[in-house]
Amino acid sequence: MLELQHISFGVEQDGADKNILRDINLTIKERFVALTGPNGGGKSTLAKVIAGILTPTEGKILLDGEDITGLGVTERARKGISFAFQQPVRFKGLTVKDLITLASGKPIGVPEACDYLSEVGLCAKDYIDREVDASLSGGELKRIEIATIMARGTSLSVFDEPEAGIDLWSFSNLIHVFEHLHEKINGSILIISHQERILEIADRIVVLAEGRVQQDGPGGEILPALLGGTPGVCTALTDKVR
Amino acid sequence: MDAIQKSLLEQVADLHEVPEGAYNIRANGQKAARNTTAHIDIVTKQDKDGIDIIIQPGTKNESVHIPVVLSQSGLQETVYNDFFIGDDCDVTIVAGCGIHNCGVQNSEHSGVHTFHVGKNARVRYVERHYGEGDGSGENIMNPTTVVEMDEGSYMEMETTQIKGVDSTVRTTKARLGPAATLIIKEKVMTHGKQLAKSDFTVELDGEGCHTNVISRSVARGQSRQIFLARINGNAPCYGHSECDAIIMDEGVVSAIPEVTANCLDAQLVHEAAIGKIAGEQLTKLMTLGLTEKEAEEQIVNGFLK
Repeated sequence: MLELQHISFGVEQDGADKNILRDINLTIKERFVALTGPNGGGKSTLAKVIAGILTPTEGKILLDGEDITGLGVTERARKGISFAFQQPVRFKGLTVKDLITLASGKPIGVPEACDYLSEVGLCAKDYIDREVDASLSGGELKRIEIATIMARGTSLSVFDEPEAGIDLWSFSNLIHVFEHLHEKINGSILIISHQERILEIADRIVVLAEGRVQQDGPGGEILPALLGGTPGVCTALTDKVR
Repeated sequence: MDAIQKSLLEQVADLHEVPEGAYNIRANGQKAARNTTAHIDIVTKQDKDGIDIIIQPGTKNESVHIPVVLSQSGLQETVYNDFFIGDDCDVTIVAGCGIHNCGVQNSEHSGVHTFHVGKNARVRYVERHYGEGDGSGENIMNPTTVVEMDEGSYMEMETTQIKGVDSTVRTTKARLGPAATLIIKEKVMTHGKQLAKSDFTVELDGEGCHTNVISRSVARGQSRQIFLARINGNAPCYGHSECDAIIMDEGVVSAIPEVTANCLDAQLVHEAAIGKIAGEQLTKLMTLGLTEKEAEEQIVNGFLK
């Protein structure tokens, strides 16, 4: 269970203080929580604050009751937080198997690597020895990123826009991965997404705009309201999108 | 051979005991062991220090190991090894030099390797350099490689220097005939106050010949590296050189490309990228539970793998 208490995050921009997150209070214990809202609303910043990549200017973060506010990225990862990057990182020389091995924290064989990779629609035989470099497409990288999170199997997994950077066709194939993800990961999933199909499978939807929680509730209640117009997004745009 | 020499041999040639096939092991300036086969002859030079390795035309799937180990501090030697690789051969040649210097004097090995690669022959050449020892004497290696490639031949050269070599100047000169291919893969890691300079000159003389010179290196501590790649396209040909370097601490890397097209149909490309480890790479591995130091190690090991 993750608790965010009065989390604020600000940066200095052009000599003025800019608040990106303003007094966020959230408790995440559900199986599948979607975090959505307009671009620039603070979603990715919040994910980075949870993972320890950014330090909040105010507030406390508790994981399973333990205060982890002062812990760095490594310690939080070891305590049970996983973070899937919006733009997966490429490494010259590290192979898919190396990454999955590092993620699982123990030497793994081909059958285990195959287990994780097949879940995300990749054939282990074709991928385990590939380098995680520019030779992989955006969609392949995203799948590998998800496989590493599965291999970790931590109490909280945060995904920052898994749909970003992949074409619609590849993404629709990924939806079913998320539908079954909680069966693989025995913990909570927090997923930042704009995709209706992801929001549809969420137990709970949190809408973040202008650094504040604007709406929060069961997916079945929030989603219809969202499709009717998101606060902070002009209606001309939502009409066009629909 | 003693235990130190055996351990050096393991480092430079992956050899735990005598290798299969032809070999010549040189220890502290002396011939320690030699084996020839029906197709590969090894002959001691009469006019200078070194050996001739003669591989008969058509020799397939055979290997030659010629490691050198130095454990006597202060030993300085220049050795000339000439390889005559017959037409249509397909062979692997493993060379390497390991120095253990626990004295105050400099130990130095300069190997001059000349390859005559026959028509349509394929050669894989692996060279590893390694130094150790806690003395104040430096471990110095200055290898020179000269390659002459006949029509349709193919050579892949892998050179590795990972540890313990204080100073090295590697000079490689190659001349390619028609449709010949030369691939050079260099891996270097320097630390402390080491200096490593690589100086490649490839003459693309024959029509349709092709070279790819690839260097991956890591400079840590206060070490310095210089990568010089000179490719001259003298015929319709394709040449590519690439330097990819990670700098850490106060390490310094210079990449100096020189590509000259002396023929309208020569295509020459040079790429160089030097920089520290990207912050997001470290962060990614830290989100998998690695410390920053462990993440750095993984990235460097992968990069040089």
